[in-house]
Amino acid sequence: MKAGLARGAPLRSAAGAVRHRPSPPTTPISARHPVRCSSSISQRQGASHLSFPGAVKSAFTSSLKFALAAESPSLPTYRVVDQDGKIVDQSFKADLSDEEIIKLYKNMLLISIMDVIMFDAQRQGRLSFYMVSAGEEALSIGSASVLEKEDVVFCQYREQGVFKQRGFELSDFMNQLFANKKDPGKGRNMPVHYGSKELNIHTISSPLATQIPHASGAAYALKMQRINDPSLPPRVVVVYFGEGAASEGDFHAALNIAATRSCPVIFICRNNGYAISTPTLEQYRGDGIASRGIGYGIDTIRVDGNDIWAVREATKKAREMALQDGGKPILIEAMSYRVSHHSTSDDSFAYRARVEVEDWKRRDNPISRLRKYMEAKGLWDEGKEKEARDNTRRDVLKAFSEAEKEKKPPIRAMFEDIWEELTPDLKAQMKQLREHLDKYPDEYDLGDFEGGKNSLDP
Amino acid sequence: MRWLAPAVSERRQYSTHPPNARLNLPIDYSATPLLSHSSQTALATADLPAEVKNGTTKRMNLFQAINDALSTALTEDEDVIIFGEDVSFGGVFRCTMKLAEQFGGDRVFNTPLTEQGIMGFAIGAAAEGMRPVAEIQFADYVYPAFDQLVNEAAKYRYRDGSCGRSVGGLTVRMPCGGVGHGALYHSQSPEALFTHIPGLRVVMPRSPLQAKGLLLAAIRSNDPVIFMEPKILYRAAVEQVPTAAYTLPLSKAEILKEGKDVTVISYGQPLYTCDSAIQSVEKDLGISVELIDLRTLYPWDKETVFKSVQKTGRVLVVHEAMVNAGIGAEVAAAIQEDPETFIRLEAPVQRVAGFSIHTPLLFEKFNVPDVARVYDSIKKVLDY
Ligand SMILES: Cc1ncc(C[n+]2csc(CCOP(=O)(O)OP(=O)(O)O)c2C)c(N)n1
Ligand SMILES: [Mg+2]
Repeated sequence: MKAGLARGAPLRSAAGAVRHRPSPPTTPISARHPVRCSSSISQRQGASHLSFPGAVKSAFTSSLKFALAAESPSLPTYRVVDQDGKIVDQSFKADLSDEEIIKLYKNMLLISIMDVIMFDAQRQGRLSFYMVSAGEEALSIGSASVLEKEDVVFCQYREQGVFKQRGFELSDFMNQLFANKKDPGKGRNMPVHYGSKELNIHTISSPLATQIPHASGAAYALKMQRINDPSLPPRVVVVYFGEGAASEGDFHAALNIAATRSCPVIFICRNNGYAISTPTLEQYRGDGIASRGIGYGIDTIRVDGNDIWAVREATKKAREMALQDGGKPILIEAMSYRVSHHSTSDDSFAYRARVEVEDWKRRDNPISRLRKYMEAKGLWDEGKEKEARDNTRRDVLKAFSEAEKEKKPPIRAMFEDIWEELTPDLKAQMKQLREHLDKYPDEYDLGDFEGGKNSLDP
Repeated sequence: MRWLAPAVSERRQYSTHPPNARLNLPIDYSATPLLSHSSQTALATADLPAEVKNGTTKRMNLFQAINDALSTALTEDEDVIIFGEDVSFGGVFRCTMKLAEQFGGDRVFNTPLTEQGIMGFAIGAAAEGMRPVAEIQFADYVYPAFDQLVNEAAKYRYRDGSCGRSVGGLTVRMPCGGVGHGALYHSQSPEALFTHIPGLRVVMPRSPLQAKGLLLAAIRSNDPVIFMEPKILYRAAVEQVPTAAYTLPLSKAEILKEGKDVTVISYGQPLYTCDSAIQSVEKDLGISVELIDLRTLYPWDKETVFKSVQKTGRVLVVHEAMVNAGIGAEVAAAIQEDPETFIRLEAPVQRVAGFSIHTPLLFEKFNVPDVARVYDSIKKVLDY
């Protein structure tokens, strides 16, 4: 009876409730939205185009023909520089000074060296978990390098490059990874769940895809705030997610709602070929994630994620477009390959051949691609490479040992921030824990925690 | 790794136990009486059918026992299909290992990464007569599927009325519980969210032997079953498991150890914590404690619980999930509501459970009930 109920909508107007309601006042915001009013579209006689409210640009045809998914062409992949670092987009002009290029390169290097060290540190039992982003350094650093500081960012978990590029220091990474008292997450989150208010990056949440609709809503907030206060700078929201996460309902909801509310948000999909063990062939059919964007009426591009220049150009342009006409969403699908295991909990050779990975590593690597480009320009050589690597390794290890030595956050932190204020219930539980620790001192090791059990005092 | 080596000696462990601890020692799974370390004890398990008691056993850990049950179900019923994220290569906890090879990709397969999709798909298949076993990779990620479970799976039979359809064939498996370093999103034990929902059966096994029998019962059951697997036990809990196919009864608790002074009610991993605490408190105070495994958390076995409490007059409920509106609240309320049981109570019903917080990485050891907290609670209920 579903259909019957839906048609029952006039019931309300029959009761007079709708018909006599005054029309809502028009606000400035609604004027900025293209409003498609179904009553304005009437099926004129002899019309060549469809005029149903649900599809306004569709021509009539008399041939019975399905659109065959397999026959629709694949969206091309934009690149500026090829595997050998040679420029293939002749219109391309580097918009960075030599020093700035070297800075980008060094950030990529830093991420990849930190990854190797932290992965091994986990293997030694010195932290509980880690995830590397090998093969995706250009994607995260390149895209973040063209954003403004005021832009707001949501990440999945494999975007350490975004954090670095926006100003996260090695000490910030290490404090979070070791969950010490300087970790803004107060020792509550698993390693790699970074966050920074100062850098406008929301704290990472493990449940996949949940951040994608947040980005749409946040973008709407930025848009509304600028309407209310035009002195604010124009800002966009950028959200990163994997091609696996794009199968979640939240991804689809996020794109659809961002499109309908014209939100200035850039969706950046990191398509690295795998979601843990699941290859893209079992994740989706059709032309990747990019084709979804078009389906939702969102301007979309696919880029070579191993080409930092292509990622930069695409993101720069996307940011510009996202701020046009009062705001609109853009989708970027950045293609790469997950060279690493999914995480320290995963052994990827249980589901893919070692040679597949070795092939990828040899054939294409975002870091060596930029290195070749720099070498061709005479900006870089073996000596500089060695020096940069040695310095980076030294810096990482220094930050590592400093953070590892720090005290842990106070035990009290486990009860705080559940609600804005501690509830009477939580205060009672804190007291209960404090009394228990007093009663059984030998059963607990409290030395690492700032303030020991005293932090539980009211 | 070379450049980290010098610091190794002074390294901090992220999980350890204090040097002078007497109660909070790591659980010794190789010695606990809750696991069948020999074939004889395994075959003497309560509720096993006679022909199984005459059979053989095999040493298995929890993920192997789950795998064994799934393999049995696939063999005995062609309507059984198994799917979820990363299920094909064996699942991130190895529970579906070799099943795709053995039974084919049409029956055991990867789904795209969408819990709401997995659940809706499973419900549709069940409504058309299959026996789907859907895997949710972590209980922490079941929430996108919540609508499908609460509004669809649970209400299917009721809504369809005399049209007669249901999704009774549905079983949903999910790993749950803390492992020491799972933090907010790899530690949750959301059973109480499901025990609030009439129409769903909620089961949590304590051991490999129990898991095999209860999972087969869940798959054969004509009600949708949420089957929650304490993931810390996947490798830790090893015991002899009967090799034959068998089921263990749903909605029936089990008395693991008889006693006369206090009743301790729990389920899943905390049963091992309870057992350690009971051993210490019995030695220290010369009392005897009864330990009950609820096994099915809803609809649960009130009769066994009431009988025990009528005998001991003192009771505590222990679980890992938050204390507020948890299983403990339900059990305690039912105990005080039953006139014959209420009148025998010598002390208020105690709850030992997680605090009303999310699971914080570093502070999990202060949050999940440990031996000292259970021990203390037993003493308190005796001292009242
Ligand atoms: C809702 C939810 N379901 C399942 C998981 C478990 N999980 C963590 S990462 C992952 C794969 C994600 O793949 P993708 O989005 O492609 O990102 P990648 O790891 O490739 O960067 C899965 C299934 C989760 N974190 N959240
Ligand atoms: Mg991926």
